[in-house]
Amino acid sequence: MRVNHSYWQLFKAVYSKDVTLAFRQRAEIVNPLLFFLIVITLFPLAIGPEPGLLARMAPGIIWVATLLSTMLGLDKLFRDDYHDGSLEQMIASPYPLSLCVLAKVFAHWTITGLPMVLMAPMFALLMNLEPQALGATILTLLIGTPLLSFIGAIGAGLTVGLQKGGILMSLLVLPLYIPVLIFATSAIDTSSMSLAYGGQLAILGAMLAVACIAAPLAISSALRVSVS
Amino acid sequence: MVDYRPILRTENTNLLEVKSVTCVKQERCLFEALSFSLGSGKIMQIEGPNGAGKTSLLRILSGFAQPEEGEVLFEQRSINDYYDEFAAQLLFIGHKTGVNTQLTAFENVCHWLFVHGYNDESQVYELLGKLGLVGLEDVPVRTLSAGQQRRVALVRLWLNSAKLWILDEPFTALDKKGVAMLQSRFNEHLELGGSILLTTHQDLTQHFEQLQTLVLEYRH
Repeated sequence: MRVNHSYWQLFKAVYSKDVTLAFRQRAEIVNPLLFFLIVITLFPLAIGPEPGLLARMAPGIIWVATLLSTMLGLDKLFRDDYHDGSLEQMIASPYPLSLCVLAKVFAHWTITGLPMVLMAPMFALLMNLEPQALGATILTLLIGTPLLSFIGAIGAGLTVGLQKGGILMSLLVLPLYIPVLIFATSAIDTSSMSLAYGGQLAILGAMLAVACIAAPLAISSALRVSVS
Repeated sequence: MVDYRPILRTENTNLLEVKSVTCVKQERCLFEALSFSLGSGKIMQIEGPNGAGKTSLLRILSGFAQPEEGEVLFEQRSINDYYDEFAAQLLFIGHKTGVNTQLTAFENVCHWLFVHGYNDESQVYELLGKLGLVGLEDVPVRTLSAGQQRRVALVRLWLNSAKLWILDEPFTALDKKGVAMLQSRFNEHLELGGSILLTTHQDLTQHFEQLQTLVLEYRH
């Protein structure tokens, strides 16, 4: 019988499917984190373990590593659904595609972004980040990683139909990450000098708010183009 | 052969109307100015050699692809302008069936039900059993055979209230019993006034009085 599930129930159903799938293929969760950890540990080896130098470079390194490890999971975001036909079923559903997409992006963030936020204190310690900058690091990651998932999903939607879309997607998406990178690292820098960093956070928050509304529409249009 | 189409009534009962649709792919015109209509309670088989454009036609009729020219009307309204209403009355099962091989059969069917706004989870086990998947409901679909995987997708035929079914090669990988079962389900759907559009290379083994055939030719 056809009932009308609320949008919230639909969101939960799509979200829990993706999270369940990720937990069945653990590599999807663990790989980006390990990649992140390796990049972070490579830097002190390459540039020398001088604490002052590391602390100076920490915000940039943490954020560049975040950008790169977010890219790892993006390629898979719509690929399986595209290849097994689930995407067509989602389009041919009476519900808005953008809602399903929103749930999928949020699931992607839960799997790749959230663990990075949670592990940020450890990375900060590894990079000898100033203690007063830890709060800013966690906050910028908390606001910035969903933003990365949203922007990246547009690229993933556009390239899902291509044979080797992964590299093209990186080329499309990484330049769009630049504003996030600038404001996030600037917030951490400012906070390590014990100055107020609310402005940078507010701009990141504004970008996230716009992305929340606009990105699902852009992603669903991109997916419709890829499917046809 | 007797033509069962009630000519006078078709004006009112046309569920799907295709108006001079043209499809061009990779600079090859698959079909040009194709027009036909499908009434309630009718089944249409689209025939043609590989590469004739059967799947492309079905994708246009389902609204996934846009035709080069022409339009598709569902209940007298363009499917592009009223896509959500159309989608609510459409059941599409393509080559790619939309079954996730990491999930179990039960999870797959329940997820599909949810995304399409149905709440018949209680019937899923019974129907999977009816389709010969007893004891396989809770194993990942990737461990099932091709025919069994297709059955997981075809369970949807018993669980929807859509008027129009668009099926691309529904009999692929099915055994004889499965094919027969599917055709008797087609009959039930037609008797309730639903319509079916399908492509298949096999001839339908069961006789359908309401069968129309559309032949697409391979064009160079």
